Amino acid sequence: MRMLLKRRTLIASFGAAALAGGLASRSARAEIEVNVNRGDVQPLPIAIPAFGGGAPGSEIASVIGANLQRSGLFRPLEPATFIEKDLTTAVQPRFPDWKQINAQALVNGQVRSVEGRLVVDFRLWDVFSEQQLLGLQFSASPENWRRIAHKISDQIYERLTGEKGYFDTRIVFVAETGARDKRVKRLAIMDQDGANPSYLTNGASIVMTPRFSSNSQEITYMELRPEGSAIYLFNLETARRESLGEFRGMVFSPRFAPGGGKVAFSVERGGNSDIYIMDLRNRATSRITSDPAIDTSPSFSPDGNQIVFNSDRSGAPQLYVMGADGSNPRRISYGEGRYTTPVWSPTGEFIAFTKQTGGEFHIGVMRPDGSDERLLTSSFMDEGPTWAPNGRVLMFSRETPGGLSKLWSVDVTGRILQQVPYPGDASDPAWSPLLN
Amino acid sequence: MTPMTARTALRFALIATAAASMTACASRPKPAGPAPTTAPPPAAEQPAPSTGVVGESVIPGSERDFVINAGDRVYFDFDSYEVRVDAQPVLEAQAAWLKRYPGVKVRIEGNTDERGTREYNIALGARRANAVREILIAQGVGSDRLTTVSYGKEQPIDPGSTEESWARNRNAHTQILSGAR
Repeated sequence: MRMLLKRRTLIASFGAAALAGGLASRSARAEIEVNVNRGDVQPLPIAIPAFGGGAPGSEIASVIGANLQRSGLFRPLEPATFIEKDLTTAVQPRFPDWKQINAQALVNGQVRSVEGRLVVDFRLWDVFSEQQLLGLQFSASPENWRRIAHKISDQIYERLTGEKGYFDTRIVFVAETGARDKRVKRLAIMDQDGANPSYLTNGASIVMTPRFSSNSQEITYMELRPEGSAIYLFNLETARRESLGEFRGMVFSPRFAPGGGKVAFSVERGGNSDIYIMDLRNRATSRITSDPAIDTSPSFSPDGNQIVFNSDRSGAPQLYVMGADGSNPRRISYGEGRYTTPVWSPTGEFIAFTKQTGGEFHIGVMRPDGSDERLLTSSFMDEGPTWAPNGRVLMFSRETPGGLSKLWSVDVTGRILQQVPYPGDASDPAWSPLLN
Repeated sequence: MTPMTARTALRFALIATAAASMTACASRPKPAGPAPTTAPPPAAEQPAPSTGVVGESVIPGSERDFVINAGDRVYFDFDSYEVRVDAQPVLEAQAAWLKRYPGVKVRIEGNTDERGTREYNIALGARRANAVREILIAQGVGSDRLTTVSYGKEQPIDPGSTEESWARNRNAHTQILSGAR
């Protein structure tokens, strides 16, 4: 089922000018660069005309444009303003035509069908230095054309920002339907841009808090039944589901350790919730907190050595960091309000969380030592952030009074806040790593 | 007009008790928002099942008998699992009823309002269910008759987003599983 996505740099079909452009591209980068760290950045004007080769070519260009636009770092220009029409990948663009409409970057490409496979060549140009920044080819089976568009988006994003992209990724989440007191909750998965949604459970039981393993092929989630709860592993390739075992009391908040070999979760006994870790190879389970307070929502640091978690041992829910063996727990959140759902960023740089204060809920970030707290959102109910694999964007659930829940995203500067383009009600998003 | 039935009379009594307790608890921390204007009406949320009810008389030992004459739900303050003063008589009545019908097994279901995050609320609901279970055990109900579960904020009995809705949704529900008439 997995597609093969071949990638190689293009040299053969392109002349010496392109090759020179490729070699000169490091120096060109100084002129055209997007700074992801600045909160007040002007989006880079970029022209993405329809790729040659018919309908798939214009659809691929449009998916790339939508990805880059949603990042907030790029401003795709209106195709009606384009002066040069019918570009091909065989000759250089007419740069003056693109300078005239103030395009800083230009993406063009060509789609072909070769032995039943879709082959896409594309170029990224720096318009003002008249240099080629990228020239690549991707191929895939035709039904995977969107993934080619996401791969190209990732290449453009990385070349122009210096950071890895996050477009060739998927979101596992909970799709919600029905009246609020009879809510049907199904496990679901879709592309990062809301395309290709499909449903993994039938809604007979309430499901919640799905999370990806670092191999992107396995998820863990919790199922709530009238008599109790269970946590599961679910393999996305084989659709095989496996329970992590019988527990006395509630079992909840599962999350993989980096590498996917362990799962941390909470078990409740006699009203008290503590954090446990299971080694998935031999199912050996160890308890790593034993405080009489609520201990839940464990999330590993990217090196696997530490765990950030949620505890109300101080009297109200706050964030704590401890060693992955439970050693040396220390509180890191000291602001006014209630802190829950900590999630360590993939880069290790930040911890994202939900904060409840002043009658509102916020998604925020802080350093792992608790410093530099910043709140990125504010609403009646924002909850449960998940990181894009490059650590630049967070997705979360936003609920309005009365209970309609939608997925939203915000970048770490807090500037780019928008609803995720999935048409239905949804909650508990979890972002996959970059796909292979 | 029809004479006031036992059921409505009891409902009014419970509203009065709950209202008194809300006033008494007014100094406790509450989520921001308008102050509650009405108290939760505990007996009103479930329609009478067709079995166990004959007119307005109730078969002793039936689930309906338990719901009406003991009370199947107690309420909590925001982010609290402390059993409130107004819940004590309900739990005493539950314990007395369960001792009278020793074949009955129940599941205590902890619930929370929506003003918290999902995982924390599972833990909080478990605390509430367990707090009720411990009181019933202390009152002499055998522990093997009492299981607990937490539904967190997933099973609200009131779909609204007002202070009154939240007050109703912060509860522990004693659900008869087997052994009732």
